[in-house]
Amino acid sequence: MSIKMKDVIQKKSPMTQGHRMCPGCGAPTAVHQGLMGVDSPLVIINATGCLEVSTTVYPFSAWNVPWIHTAFENAGAGASGVEAAYKALKKKGKIDKDIKFVAFGGDGGTYDIGLQSLSGALERGHDFTYICYNNQGYMNTGAQRSSATPRGANATTSPAGSVIPGKLQKPKDLTSIAAAHHIPYVAQTTLYNHMDVANKVKTAIETPGPAFVNILVPCVLFWRLDPALQGDICKKAADTRFWPIYEVIDGEWKLSYKPKKRVPVEEFLKPQGRYSHLFKGENSKALLEQAQADIETGWQYILDRCGETWEPQDQL
Amino acid sequence: MPHKEITSGNWAFAEAMRQINPDVVAAYPITPSTDIIMKFAEFVANGKVDTNFVTVESEHSAITACVTASASGARVMTASSANGVALMHEIFPIAGCFRTPIVFGLVNRSIGAPINIHCDHSDSMGQRDLGWIHLYCEDAQEAYDTAIMAIRLSENDDVLTPVFVCQDGFITSHGFEPVEYMDDDAVKDFVGEREPVNSLLDLDNPVSYGSFAMSEYYFEIKRQQIEAHKKALELYDGIAREFEAVSGRYYPMIDCYRTEDADQVIVIMSSASGAVKDVVDEMREKGHKVGCLRIRMFRPFPVEAVRNALKGKKAVAVLDRSLSLGGTAPLVAEVRSALYAAGEMIPINSCIYGLGGRDFFPQYAEDIFMDLINGRMSPEEHYIGLLE
Repeated sequence: MSIKMKDVIQKKSPMTQGHRMCPGCGAPTAVHQGLMGVDSPLVIINATGCLEVSTTVYPFSAWNVPWIHTAFENAGAGASGVEAAYKALKKKGKIDKDIKFVAFGGDGGTYDIGLQSLSGALERGHDFTYICYNNQGYMNTGAQRSSATPRGANATTSPAGSVIPGKLQKPKDLTSIAAAHHIPYVAQTTLYNHMDVANKVKTAIETPGPAFVNILVPCVLFWRLDPALQGDICKKAADTRFWPIYEVIDGEWKLSYKPKKRVPVEEFLKPQGRYSHLFKGENSKALLEQAQADIETGWQYILDRCGETWEPQDQL
Repeated sequence: MPHKEITSGNWAFAEAMRQINPDVVAAYPITPSTDIIMKFAEFVANGKVDTNFVTVESEHSAITACVTASASGARVMTASSANGVALMHEIFPIAGCFRTPIVFGLVNRSIGAPINIHCDHSDSMGQRDLGWIHLYCEDAQEAYDTAIMAIRLSENDDVLTPVFVCQDGFITSHGFEPVEYMDDDAVKDFVGEREPVNSLLDLDNPVSYGSFAMSEYYFEIKRQQIEAHKKALELYDGIAREFEAVSGRYYPMIDCYRTEDADQVIVIMSSASGAVKDVVDEMREKGHKVGCLRIRMFRPFPVEAVRNALKGKKAVAVLDRSLSLGGTAPLVAEVRSALYAAGEMIPINSCIYGLGGRDFFPQYAEDIFMDLINGRMSPEEHYIGLLE
């Protein structure tokens, strides 16, 4: 099942160049990397969000495969309807090809307003893959906080002020919530390694039944990140264990990436303007300690689930 | 052979669904439309249909799945009521604009609050301007027949517009009455197979549904929907006549009951027209030239037909089973507009009745007719059966 780079390098992506996403945005990278190893014909279902708006500015479309968007909170239900129609028409002999269905939603459309629709679709067992391109905020509407926004991040509805230092709450663990549906395949990754993204998405799509992949992607505009650092910041997210990389295959949790060294969270936070307030003022030390403590808790949770221990080569 | 059964409006609609055998039904139960979905679930469980039945987790997801399934080329049906219909509101205009045919059994129920399970038309009237065809049925037979006709109207290449088939909650949906069912084959022949255009699953001709269209294109796309509604108005009668040829039953856009030579007319929709027609018969025997005009098709509104039916009348009362709080009730607004815009300055009483399932007694219809006959006309709303 594993993908070889030489096999995919010449393949045409389902999404063309010339779309209107920002330079450095992680969402189109997630689409290209994720789908580059997939051979089956695809139909794409898209929640409202940056990816939807920027790829289909009428009368143009960046999609050279069938694509449908209805609204914000319902990509799971939208995929359910398409897949149901496919099965019904295939049974009647009106369709002969094997088609795979992939839904894309940002964290707004997935963690928050679309969670019910996603949960319903996963529970009903539709044969589709849901990919959350998670940039940790409502970036399409101007960087408001979402339930995926990390504690301490500056967002426009949880701004870092003189009294409140950005978002106060920890993010929701949506990947675990998806896994709790006991579906055949769940994975979490980021753009730290294109082959990992490609392999996880390919596995998700080729696994019969529902699958969910949560891909952390930078929003360079609202993370206030140098667009050239897209891959770099994702590598730091993996190396600092801010974003653990793992999969859950038929209920079995499997860690995909164990950093060799202990890398402090500051390395992930520092390049991003959304965290600049954490490095200033008298509370700086406490806030950074809080950020590190959140990482340790989250990492230990994943290690326990995966039955792993972690012994980094050099200690902090 | 066609055969008669004693059944309810809901079960009659479900029977039409069985005979139509849609590719996809995505639905979520809500009173009083639940029986449609439960009966259909039995058909699925017993292998009576080939339908892929998607038991979604909300009405919002139900209508979403219907839209995307229809965009994928499937024949699609569903049903809902009241707050369920309200929850679908966001997706209705998307269905209309995508030009995705769907036949929707809308069992009319009042919108909360206060929460109430009984009939009025506030749920469907809240969806008035969203690009759907609205057909209102008087009884269970008509709900059954209209479901079958609506498939043809909705899927017509020049129309491609979703259709609400409305029946009155509990009054029609749960009342038992004789209904004549067509043969399965006759229904199958009448509805035919759906031949989709621009199917999402046509891999050789990939399409994008739901693009982002700004001020340069939005208006033109809406204009296409305006034309589709005109086409629906134009093509409806042909389908109704074809249906008559196979069933013996004809349903025009408006049902004119003894209106031709009438001086006074009550305009109404759905089940309460039965009581009005009885009163018309009784009052005719007493020498009053009264009639009942029942509006079956509310969207697109058959302006010309309504104007022709009411032209020259001495007085008209329009009975609305819903409100437009702070404004003019929906049916009377249409009727006034149809008449007055053409210079037919007939005096009209606007009457609100039956909200939240309040009974509508024949005596009310008689009182309303007597007001028209005696020239008791006034521009403010009249509230029928209200205790105050």
